[in-house]
Amino acid sequence: MRYILRNLGFYLLAFWASITLNFMLPRFMPGDPVSRMFARSQSQMQPEQIDQLRRLFGLDNRPMWQQYTDYIKDICTGNMGISISRFPTPVSEVIASQIGWTLLLGGTALVVAVVIGNLLGIIAAWRRGGLLDSVFPPLLVFAGSFPYFWLAMGALYLFGMTLGWFPMRHAFDVGLSPELSWGFVSNAASHLFLPALTIVLVSIGGWMLGMRNTMIATVAEDYITMAEAKGLSPSRIMFRYAARNAMLPSVTNFGMALGFVVGGALLTEVVFAYPGVGFQLLAAVQGLDYPLMQGIFLTITAAVLVANFLVDLVYVRLDPRVRVR
Amino acid sequence: MSALDSRAEPVAPAAPPPAAGTPKPRRARAGLLRSLLANRKALFGAVVLVVFVLLALLAPLIAPGDPSKINSLGASAPSGSHLLGTTAKGQDVLALTLWGARSSLLVGFCVGLAATALAVLVGMACAYFGRIVDDVLSLVTNIFLLVPGVPLLVILAAFMPPGTATVVLVLVVTGWAGSARVLRAQAKSIRGKDFVAASVVTGERAIRIMFREILPNMASVVMTTLLGCVIFGIGAQAGLEFLGLGDASVVSWGTNLYWAGNDGALMTGAWWVFVPSGLCIALVAFALAMVNYAVDEITNPRLRARRTKNRNRKG
Repeated sequence: MRYILRNLGFYLLAFWASITLNFMLPRFMPGDPVSRMFARSQSQMQPEQIDQLRRLFGLDNRPMWQQYTDYIKDICTGNMGISISRFPTPVSEVIASQIGWTLLLGGTALVVAVVIGNLLGIIAAWRRGGLLDSVFPPLLVFAGSFPYFWLAMGALYLFGMTLGWFPMRHAFDVGLSPELSWGFVSNAASHLFLPALTIVLVSIGGWMLGMRNTMIATVAEDYITMAEAKGLSPSRIMFRYAARNAMLPSVTNFGMALGFVVGGALLTEVVFAYPGVGFQLLAAVQGLDYPLMQGIFLTITAAVLVANFLVDLVYVRLDPRVRVR
Repeated sequence: MSALDSRAEPVAPAAPPPAAGTPKPRRARAGLLRSLLANRKALFGAVVLVVFVLLALLAPLIAPGDPSKINSLGASAPSGSHLLGTTAKGQDVLALTLWGARSSLLVGFCVGLAATALAVLVGMACAYFGRIVDDVLSLVTNIFLLVPGVPLLVILAAFMPPGTATVVLVLVVTGWAGSARVLRAQAKSIRGKDFVAASVVTGERAIRIMFREILPNMASVVMTTLLGCVIFGIGAQAGLEFLGLGDASVVSWGTNLYWAGNDGALMTGAWWVFVPSGLCIALVAFALAMVNYAVDEITNPRLRARRTKNRNRKG
C-alpha cells in the first residue's frame, strides 16, 4: 500500500511538472511563437479567438501567479483552450475524437510486441546457443535500428503500394462509419495491420534481448537445478519457475517503454495518415496550432502516467516482496 | 583536530589509492581496446562507422557543389548519370545522402557527448553527495524518463526558434535521463567501495574523487551510455525533422525523408528517394549497437564466461 501511494504521489508530481512546463514554454521562450502565430493568421482570426489565445499565453494583464493558478484549474477541469486549426472546436474535443485510434494502434502493437518478444526471449535463453538464440537477436537489433517512420514508409510502399495487400491510409474505408459490425471491424483490422506491424518490428528486439538476459541469469539459480532434480516437466520449470521470476524487470521496463512506443505510434500514424493524435500533432505543427500541441502533450503524458500506475498495481501482484515493504 | 591531522599524514602515503588506482584503469582500457578489435561485432561496427565518417568528410570531393541544387529532370530512377536517381524536384539523391551524413552524424555525436556529459554530472552528484541531492536529482531524472519523448520533443522544438542548435538542445534535454539513471546506479556501487572511503578520509576534494577515482572505474558504462545516446540522437533528429520541426533548409537524412514524404515519393513509387537516407540511419545505429554489445560482452565477465562454457558443451 505504501509502495502504491508513494508511486501515485510521484506520478502526480510528474504531471504537475508537465503542466508547469506547458505553462512556462509560451511565456519564457525567446522565440516568441505567439507573435509568429498572430502574424500568420491574424487576418483570419475571430476576436474571441485572439482573446482566448492572449489568455492562454499570458498576454493579458493578470499577475503571473494568478495566471498560473487559473491555468492549473483549467487543465484539471479539462479546459485546454480552443484549437486554432480546427476553430471553434475545443482542444479537448479534438483530442477525444482521436485518442481512441492511437490507443488502439499503440495498445495492440505494445501487447503483441511484449508477448511475442518475451516468449522469444524465454525460449532463446532456455535453448542457449540454439537456432533461435543465434539468428534472432542480431536480426531484431538490426530491425530495431530503423526509425519507426522509415520502416512504416517501406512497409507502406511494399505492401500497400506495390503489392496492394493492405489499404494505404486512414483507419477505415471512406464511406464506412464506426459501428460494431463484422464488416467494419474487419475493415479497421486490415487498416491496423501494417502500422502495428512496423511498431512491433522495431520494438520487439528490446523485449526479447532484455528477457533473454535476465532469463539466462535466472536459469543459473539453484532453485532451477532443484526443480530439475525433482523431475518436474521442463515446460513447467521454464514458465512457472524461471520465466515468472525473470519477468519482473520486463514489467518494470514496460512503463518506460510505453513512452517510446507512444512516440513511435505518433510517427507511424503520420506516415499512414492514421487518424490518431499523432497525425493530428503533425497538423498542429504545420498549422502553428500551439494550444492543440500542448493539449496533445498533456493528454499523452497523462495517459502514460496512468498506464504506469496500472503497471505498478500489476507489479505488486507479481512480486510479493514489495507488498511486505 | 591537530592529532587527527598528524595521524592522517602518514596514512596518506601508506594507503595511496590514486597511485594504485590510476595505472589499473589505464591498463584495463588498453586491454579493452585490444579485445574490441579482436571482437567481430566491434570490428564490423567500427568499420561501418569509419566508412560513414569518411564519406561525410569527403562529401565535397565526391559530390561537389550544392547538393540541393536542381540539376536534372525530376523523379528519374537510378541510372549511370545519377547513381541513386533524382528526387521529384530533380536533385541528385546520392549527393543529398552524402551531404546529409554531415549534419546527421554531427548532430548525433554532439547530442551523444552533451547528453552523456550531463548524465555523468548528475549521476556522480547523486552517488557522491547522496541524501537530499540524490533524492532531488533522482526525482528529476525519473520525471524526465517518464514523460513521453516525442510529444515533449515536439512542444519544445515548436516553441523555440527553428535551427540546428535548437534541435541539439532539445535532444539533449530529452535524452540524458536514461543514461543518468544507469550511471547513478553504477557510481553508487563504486562510491561504497573502500578505496573511495580511503580517499575521502585522506581529504581529497570532491571533484577529484568523482572524476579521478570513481569515473575511470566505470569507463565502460560511460562508453555504452555514450553510444546509446548517439543512437538516440541520430534517430530522434530524423524523427523531429521528419515532422518538419528541424531546419528544412539544412541537408540531413531527416530532412531528406521529410522532403521525400512532402513531395509524395511514396505515392509516385520513387523508392530510391527515401530508401538511402533511412538505410544510412539504420546502418549507423546498427553499427553503434554492435560496438555497444561488444563492449558489454567484453566488460561483463558473466556473459563472456558463460559463452565459452557453452561452446565447450557444444564442441
